[in-house]
Amino acid sequence: MTSDLAAIFRAEHGRAVAVLTRVFGDLEIAEDAVQDAFTAAVQKWPESGVPPSPAGWIITTARNRAIDRLRRDSARADKHAQAALLHVEAEPVEEGAVHDDRLRLIFTCCHPALALNVRVALTLRMLGGLSTAEIARAFLVPEPTMAQRLVRAKAKIRTAGIPYRVPYEADLPERVRGVLAVVYLIFNEGYAASSGETLVRDDLAAEALRLGRLLVELMPDEPEAVGLLALMLLQHSRRPARVAPDGSLVRLSDQNRDLWDRALIDEGHALVRRCLRRNQPGPYQLQAAINAVHADAATPDATDWRQILQLYDHLLALEPTPVVALNRAVAVAEVEGPTAALALVDELPLDTYYLFHAIRADLLSQLNRTSEAQESYRTALSLTSNEAEQAFLRTHL
Amino acid sequence: MNQYVLSIYQPDGPVPEPEILDPMMREVEALTAEMKTDGVWVFDAGMHPPETATVLKAQGDDVLVTDGPFTEGKEHLGGFTVIRVEDLDAALSWGRRLTKILGLPVEVRPSQS
Repeated sequence: MTSDLAAIFRAEHGRAVAVLTRVFGDLEIAEDAVQDAFTAAVQKWPESGVPPSPAGWIITTARNRAIDRLRRDSARADKHAQAALLHVEAEPVEEGAVHDDRLRLIFTCCHPALALNVRVALTLRMLGGLSTAEIARAFLVPEPTMAQRLVRAKAKIRTAGIPYRVPYEADLPERVRGVLAVVYLIFNEGYAASSGETLVRDDLAAEALRLGRLLVELMPDEPEAVGLLALMLLQHSRRPARVAPDGSLVRLSDQNRDLWDRALIDEGHALVRRCLRRNQPGPYQLQAAINAVHADAATPDATDWRQILQLYDHLLALEPTPVVALNRAVAVAEVEGPTAALALVDELPLDTYYLFHAIRADLLSQLNRTSEAQESYRTALSLTSNEAEQAFLRTHL
Repeated sequence: MNQYVLSIYQPDGPVPEPEILDPMMREVEALTAEMKTDGVWVFDAGMHPPETATVLKAQGDDVLVTDGPFTEGKEHLGGFTVIRVEDLDAALSWGRRLTKILGLPVEVRPSQS
């Protein structure tokens, strides 16, 4: 029962907070109210059973409890409580508007006026329903620090008037990109953990997938949202093969492809096809397509590197960054050989990026330039704090 | 409605030549006029250079008077516009136009009204 409840709470948290933020015009009141309702559910549901609509029960309970509390506070001349009560009268609870509500909440949590790490934490807290302690653990921050970060964020939302609505048409493309970036950041933190415990990290990747599905549900006409979900599914499909039993990282070419999760690959493929039909390519869709080509290959030798290189050419044109150029160079090495790839890599200003040195080392050792390769592996090792990556790099020393 | 101060931060030193500055100022005036038509404009001020400032500091019963500006650094408040709008997104879209015209950073900060 307890784990059932935890699953329900996590699944319904975003919906409940979103509806109540609209009702009360305030994120903090909404969050506290939902917390109260969850506490009430823990006491009631084990006896009465889970109600037919858990979300409805939570929203109604939260609303009533918050109104009771706001009435008490406003009797003590709390202006904030009075404002929230006025807001309630003007805002009936409409279940039908739930979709819009969650979309609004996403845009509020991912507002560019908040620092990036705050956007990530707020999104996980409000939409993901993760507790402050869980978020703190995932990002290796002491819990009081994370709690304070969230309190400050909510204060800024209220005081600076960060709105609770879908952005202006003119701002929308940029704001959507911002939302997708936050979700992908959460996924990457879970996928290629820069440091920290594996268990919590798996949770973050799963949460990012859930948020990715939500974005597609809420913005079905946004091809990049579909692209991001496809990309995450295809990357996540390789998760069982990415880490060896001793905890070291396994490269794509060395992975046991039987371990790849076929169901996730099929879902990712279907989404990539949906993107192709729409034909409005963007960076996430192209990265998803690249991953789909990898997933198609039964063995590493069967990989269609020419197609991957074409996709990277397209991606580099849209996003001319050194990291994209570095990944493209890997495809160049497969199609044209290590000499051509090394010439491209050496041009890139990525001296502090561990993968730059790891890829360079790999190309150098293909060219039998062993001592230079060793030096690059050592530099790479000094630049990552991820244990699986460190273990992988050590095997080359 | 919320009130916001759009503060323009300007590097110290000589002001740009008139052929650069004049068209810029005309665009700012046009923007201000639009703010007034839209009913969001509250107040604005362009400041004289920071070395013209004087700083007062209360010390017990006395007030110490010194040559300003108060803050150290190579950039100072060059001017500000106060607007009343619905929310931060509305304030940011005005601020965005201001920073584009001037090529200078604009800080958007809510103020108690």
